Amino acid sequence: MRIGVVTFPGSLDDRDAARAVRLAGAEAVSLWHGDADLHGVDAVVLPGGFSYGDYLRCGAIARFAPVMGPLVDAANGGLPVLGICNGFQVLCESHLLPGALVRNDHRTFVCRDQPLSIERTDTPWTSAYAPGERVVVPLKNGEGGFVADERTLDELEGEGRVVARYVGKNPNGSYRAIAGISNAAGNVVGLMPHPEHAIEPLFGPDPRSGTGGLDGLRFFTSVVEGLVSA
Amino acid sequence: MGRVVVEVMLKPEILDPQGQAVLNALPRLGFDGFSLVRQGKRFELSVDGEVTDEVLARVREAAATLLSNPVIEDVVAVERVG
Amino acid sequence: MQQALVTADIEQPWAALGLKPDEYQRIREILGRRPTSSELAMYSVMWSEHCSYKSSKVHLRQFGEKTTDAMREKLMVGIGENAGVVDIGDGWAVTFKVESHNHPSYVEPYQGAATGVGGIVRDIMSMGARPIAILDPLRFGAIDHPDTRRVLPGIVAGVGGYGNCLGLPNIGGEVVFDPCYQGNPLVNALCVGSMRHEDIHLANATGAGNLVILFGAKTGGDGIGGVSVLASETFESTGPSKRPAVQVGDPFAEKVLIECCLDLFAAKVVEGIQDLGGAGLSCATSELASNGDGGMHVWLDRVPLRDITLSPEEILMSESQERMMAVVRPDQLDAFMAITDRWAVEATVVGEVTTTGRLVIEWRGETVVDVPPRTVAHDGPVYDRPMQRPATLDALQADAPTSDRLARPTTGEQLRATLLQLAGSPNLCSRAWVTDQYDRYVMGNTALSMPDDAGVVRVDETTGRGVAISTDCNSRFAALDPYAGAQLALAEAYRNVATAGATPLAVTDCLNFGSPEDPGVMWQFAQAVTGIADGCLQLGVPVTGGNVSLYNQTGTTAIYPTPVVGVLGVMDDVTRRTPSGWREAGQVVYLVGTTRDELGGSSWADVVHGHLGGLPPRVDLEAERVLAEILVACSRDGMVDAAHDLSDGGLATALAESCLRYGVGVRVWLDELCERDGIDPFLALFSESTARVIASVPRSEEVRFTDVCTARGVAHLRIGVVDEAAEPALDVQGLFTLPLAELRATHDATLPAAFA
Repeated sequence: MRIGVVTFPGSLDDRDAARAVRLAGAEAVSLWHGDADLHGVDAVVLPGGFSYGDYLRCGAIARFAPVMGPLVDAANGGLPVLGICNGFQVLCESHLLPGALVRNDHRTFVCRDQPLSIERTDTPWTSAYAPGERVVVPLKNGEGGFVADERTLDELEGEGRVVARYVGKNPNGSYRAIAGISNAAGNVVGLMPHPEHAIEPLFGPDPRSGTGGLDGLRFFTSVVEGLVSA
Repeated sequence: MGRVVVEVMLKPEILDPQGQAVLNALPRLGFDGFSLVRQGKRFELSVDGEVTDEVLARVREAAATLLSNPVIEDVVAVERVG
Repeated sequence: MQQALVTADIEQPWAALGLKPDEYQRIREILGRRPTSSELAMYSVMWSEHCSYKSSKVHLRQFGEKTTDAMREKLMVGIGENAGVVDIGDGWAVTFKVESHNHPSYVEPYQGAATGVGGIVRDIMSMGARPIAILDPLRFGAIDHPDTRRVLPGIVAGVGGYGNCLGLPNIGGEVVFDPCYQGNPLVNALCVGSMRHEDIHLANATGAGNLVILFGAKTGGDGIGGVSVLASETFESTGPSKRPAVQVGDPFAEKVLIECCLDLFAAKVVEGIQDLGGAGLSCATSELASNGDGGMHVWLDRVPLRDITLSPEEILMSESQERMMAVVRPDQLDAFMAITDRWAVEATVVGEVTTTGRLVIEWRGETVVDVPPRTVAHDGPVYDRPMQRPATLDALQADAPTSDRLARPTTGEQLRATLLQLAGSPNLCSRAWVTDQYDRYVMGNTALSMPDDAGVVRVDETTGRGVAISTDCNSRFAALDPYAGAQLALAEAYRNVATAGATPLAVTDCLNFGSPEDPGVMWQFAQAVTGIADGCLQLGVPVTGGNVSLYNQTGTTAIYPTPVVGVLGVMDDVTRRTPSGWREAGQVVYLVGTTRDELGGSSWADVVHGHLGGLPPRVDLEAERVLAEILVACSRDGMVDAAHDLSDGGLATALAESCLRYGVGVRVWLDELCERDGIDPFLALFSESTARVIASVPRSEEVRFTDVCTARGVAHLRIGVVDEAAEPALDVQGLFTLPLAELRATHDATLPAAFA
């Protein structure tokens, strides 16, 4: 089981994502933004950070990195892809996912332990959660407000493509409190919060929350178990 | 209703990381031949009624004190439109 | 150079560059001629207060003199390098340092704070380390002053914007408000980095024929003269209109530079390395050359420029950010360049190491600098400035907050109201509005961060070995007695690190003071340095480096002496760290330490009465040392589940914070404490006596815990029990009950109301 983690210049949570992949029982394969292929990996994580400084627009320059060509093709062919935070932004800029992520409505960066409800559990990244399960995962972003036009939002809701929603106070002004979505096929998931920061006891959110602060790990075990049984 | 457009640019000597990033990305997409990119800000201020010289003067003052940071930015245009 | 000989008597602008007449004369004596304009530029920035420590050097020597061999045992690199390096065991080393960026942050808050973070991170990189965390002690004027509103949001966004984009967790720091910082905010930034012992690098240019490579961003007109003009001159009360050129930071470029440097170190292609910070190329070339064994020749026209109109003087003084300089063997040049290419980092050979013993800089075929490098970098002027204990100090110290001078609350209702007033006051309220703008999770190694006593990060993923850091300073104490105030800052940071469960190991300090030309300020400075040096000697922890920031004043009014002290400790396994909040109902809450009538400089006197006078709490470093031993043992052996140090706002504030951490209440009784220490409930709750903590002890560990305290002869008393009621509350029996919901509402409201 080999899961690729892409490093763009300015990626920050790439090593964290690789750690999560390892703790979930898979081999983490480091993919470089300049790579021409995906080294035959079974799934890909686009990690958080500030690729290319997030200049111009978040994810706008990363979208054109050489590795993104084969990645987009593979994603359209069904390869499981998880974009976290900046990775979500890259997926939106690449049009693998609809909508866009804009500056938080309160205009400041926010880092907090965020309650979420997992609304779609038939994606390769969320199959280990129970529908409607409430989890706590760190959220940290300056431009995490999910926006799309009404038609797209209705479509996402209608097709059950809202993967995760914020519970309680909306932390960034996302429309309909959307924290994560998937493509129509479900293999490509974008998520604003950071599950890779809730995978080890005492290095994540308040250990009294959810599964002892480990609520993020199942995003990674989901895909590993799915690939093993496939 | 009248409108005033204000354009603010980083002073030429100030580093513009955003423009630099765009400049580096352009040739990767085949847009060759550009030697410099600098990114600025555009503001549109609407007023009820006409844009008089007095309104323009007030916009100029607002542009110099609030819309721009004179330490690092220049107001390059204050124009009446529409 | 030729020109300098021909026109030997031409009038030079040395005064405008901040040089004194005798300093200019000394340059002429060193060179045996008048300096060229480039040389003058170099000497003027390098001999500025900021770079040369000319007023502080005579006092700072104490840090070295008062370090014993035993204290040096874990010290791998001491004062004088870019940052000190400490051995934390298992072949790991950490380097850490705190620096100021006060004046630039007043001029342009966002960029000033951002480049402050950038600068200290490059210091850590230049030791060969991977930066692993930052902390930022910040100080502002009164919370409701317009200038605070102008600078705070930008400074916080700048610290966050730069640090978050670098991918460094921000794990602590301070946010303090006091009118003395109006018009002169303090922006200090601390960075810690980790490395294997064999990876330590130094700023040396050795080996004739080796190449000098400048890499990173291009050089522009950023902050030209910033060092001498910005950092060494008092601000007049002209406000923000005095705005010289500021540096602009590009955190993305720095992030790439970090990864690039780590790859260069890993490939072992770097002989010596130096970051470019204050004084830019002037500093980097002269320091590398004078720390080496020969000289250096630099072709200045090879420096890649962002602005081609820059003169050689300006190139030498430019403070453009995100640049580094490396010394590389010629046979490793290709390997070096392959790595910088991979990261798309521009790298240029700008010079080479020579045997001449001189730093020679050439510009378009002409020699513009030819100097002995030590005279620029290290042999600057040293002043033993006059000192005078301020005449006003006696009256200040005599104005003690006695009960007849300041009315004290007595009834339960009054004590409850006082606690609530303190909990919502600017300096004790929740810092979440600020700290939530910082990424504390990135890297996945953060075991504790705000609002716990210390930040704790894992260094070794296999063993869990890691470090804890805290920075502290109560400048009100330092205003009352700078010697004691500095030791109290040290004691608090030391205690915080131990409270988190780490063994304190080393110290860094950022000494923020007013004008050294004021004998009163100079006396305060000398007292504070002596206090820290004596304190470190007594505690057995060495000062490994730091920074001095002088001229922090508006007009003739200096800030309170503000010696910010950072203490670093080590833990074998960070998962044993002790958080500040209790979680388990039924656990017993102990108060360790003795409480006296000590309210001079206290939060109570400040918040309730606006009073500053008397003497600060008594310093007892031996008690601190023993207390730290107990706390470390408790963490290691699992004897306490939570612990929190008592400082600003006393026991009342500590109880409130430990309750709010996880939203779990406590029932407290004070009768026994009052009887034992001969105090009343008000003093029990609000006195700021030192060497005290509260600890939450599982009942199964109670005997072991009390044995440990008894064995060391430390006063300890059961004062409460953790109580998870349906409606959690802080209940002080016989006096008052404060529901946590009400406490939290007050605690959380203050900063958003002022700045959101």
